[in-house]
Amino acid sequence: MDSTLIWTAVFVISTFGLYIGIAIWARAASTDEFYVAGHDVHPVFNGMATAADWMSAASFLSMAGLIAFAGYDGSVFLMGWTGGYVLLALLLAPYLRKFGKFTVPDFVGDRYYSQAARIVAVICALFVSFTYIAGQMRGVGIAFSNFLHVPIEVGVIVGAIIVLFYAVLGGMRGITYTQVAQYCVLIFAFMVPAIFLSLQITGTPIPQLGFIGNAQDGTPLLQGLDTTLVDLGFQPYTDGSKSTLDVFAITLALMVGTAGLPHVIIRFFTVPKASDARRSAGWALIFIAILYTTAPAVAVFARSNFIETVNESTYAADLAPEERPADATPDWFYNWEETGLLGFTDLNGDGRIQYRADPAENEVTTLDRDIFVLANPEIGNLPAWVIGLVVAGGLAAALSTAAGLLMVISSAVSHDLCKKVLLPDMSETQELLVARTAAMVAVLIAIIAGIYPPGFVAAVVAFAFGLAAASFFPAIFLGIFWKRMSKEGAVSGMSIGLLTTGAYIIHFKIGFSPIVTGVVALVLALAGLVLFIGTRTGGRGSMPVLAGSGLLGLVGLLGVTGILPGLAPGRADDWFLGISPEGFGAVGMLLAFAVSISVSLATKAPPQDVQDMVEEIRIPSARTG
Amino acid sequence: MSELKPGDGEIYPPEAEVGAGAAARAYWRENLTLMGILLAIWFVVSFGAGILFRDWLDQFSIGGAPLGFWFAQQGAIYVFVVLIFVYSALMGRLERKYNMSDDDAA
Repeated sequence: MDSTLIWTAVFVISTFGLYIGIAIWARAASTDEFYVAGHDVHPVFNGMATAADWMSAASFLSMAGLIAFAGYDGSVFLMGWTGGYVLLALLLAPYLRKFGKFTVPDFVGDRYYSQAARIVAVICALFVSFTYIAGQMRGVGIAFSNFLHVPIEVGVIVGAIIVLFYAVLGGMRGITYTQVAQYCVLIFAFMVPAIFLSLQITGTPIPQLGFIGNAQDGTPLLQGLDTTLVDLGFQPYTDGSKSTLDVFAITLALMVGTAGLPHVIIRFFTVPKASDARRSAGWALIFIAILYTTAPAVAVFARSNFIETVNESTYAADLAPEERPADATPDWFYNWEETGLLGFTDLNGDGRIQYRADPAENEVTTLDRDIFVLANPEIGNLPAWVIGLVVAGGLAAALSTAAGLLMVISSAVSHDLCKKVLLPDMSETQELLVARTAAMVAVLIAIIAGIYPPGFVAAVVAFAFGLAAASFFPAIFLGIFWKRMSKEGAVSGMSIGLLTTGAYIIHFKIGFSPIVTGVVALVLALAGLVLFIGTRTGGRGSMPVLAGSGLLGLVGLLGVTGILPGLAPGRADDWFLGISPEGFGAVGMLLAFAVSISVSLATKAPPQDVQDMVEEIRIPSARTG
Repeated sequence: MSELKPGDGEIYPPEAEVGAGAAARAYWRENLTLMGILLAIWFVVSFGAGILFRDWLDQFSIGGAPLGFWFAQQGAIYVFVVLIFVYSALMGRLERKYNMSDDDAA
């Protein structure tokens, strides 16, 4: 066994042990502890936990690489995934904390005095969270299989068992303190290679300064990279290829989506007071910003360094390391070739690697974007233990996000659906049991989704953020800032936002094939059925809902069995105003706002007690309802 | 943001609470003003400097980076952090002024 493998195993096993230890120490005994960690988490700790909750495997492993290839276009992720915290701190978090309940559907249901609104919120929350969690479990599996040489399936299952252990045992309390630990692991693992890389390439240990600094030859790093890229046929790094409107829309959708994601919002229910929620959002953003301002620096370092050391180097995989010539391709290139993340085809037979934009001349035939974070320790000639640390960091990022999502799923089912809608007579012990069972079932589904990734995993970002932006954000925002907003407005706004955004993304990302149409119709039919059962009063339910649900079920069956005709995926030329699916959430949000406001104005104002509740959550010191 | 107007079915609060209601309205108005100013800054540094006026700003540079590009990948994020802490501090002050703070120390 080589030393990298040993170090990786040591780090992975010891961090996993730590997470389990914390879970046993922080186990939850009451629903209050299970859902909101007893409302007693310190704002700084909650900030760290939020940062870990928020930064997924994609932020840790893929984002720097994504930016390295996208250049300016990558800015949408940097601004979008941080700017949302301003909206959260100013517009949502303090008021939702003041409201003082357990979940997002709790707020929607109470504010809109309606079981239908609550159920629509539950459906949105489940939909967003399941999409997101499937991607996380896949990430865990890939990290395991690449570094510990175990099959992806085993990796997914091991990761899932760890998450299950502390989520089921500790609930929000266990998750909070493991996330604090996971944040420390992941930020350390990200920063160590970044600092060394910055030293090596720009001579300064602070990556953020290296980003605007000079390369070792004295020319500004970004300018040098622009020139080199243009020479090789790429477009300049600091130029974008997306239209301004599209960049605007994607950034807006990601920001608003961030503020509307239930697994982020519920973190702010765990602090003691409304003022702590504001402060905590600030801390969360500081902890996130450390990684998010380093990532674009790493992106520039990695892309520059890759071109400098690999392009036009002599490929010498067959020679022993000490026999390789001075201009040989660096050693890490051969190591990563074995994993399949890098590939070289000598098209012109000159024994050198040509890296070009033109596919007919480019000889780096495989270049996985994750390589730019994973290979950093080797590129920086760092010792083997650093690689182990990076793997542990990637796993920490994936597990912490998965746990947060699991919490949303579990509370949506046990608290919002079972306790508040289907079985209001449940005792607290029973509710806890249901919550833990729901978490277990959710993990099982996540395992399956991680092993057999459904096509939509690739569209996770577009889905989760677009749907959160178009459904939750308008409903919560208007609920706090506009007393006139009625239940009809909320239900119609959320449904229209969810359906149009969902349809746009599916059409342009996946395409309405018969099976996709069928599954979507079946899911909607199930949702309709829950809505029918949940809104029944005195044994009578809404017949149109039941009929609609039945019709959708029929369409679903036809689709799944392949009888229905399919529709080819849409082409980029047909995008609405040139807005990509990732950015459509912004349009969906505006639509949801418009529908909510006009429907509210056309319907009755909310009852007095609801308006009083809105008054009350606006004042932090008022008696908590 | 339409507030409920008298006559919309709102029951007037008893005498003792009129003062508190006025204070609550004044507090809320100040909060909205502060929020509006900070969100304007939020918009200007990200959507403004980083996207809409990026090309113009790129003629300037900060260190070795074009300014618009730098705002999009670094500057906006720093300003976001500052905005939240400023809001948190000013709201703390506002709440003490109106005696609405939830801080035990106040």
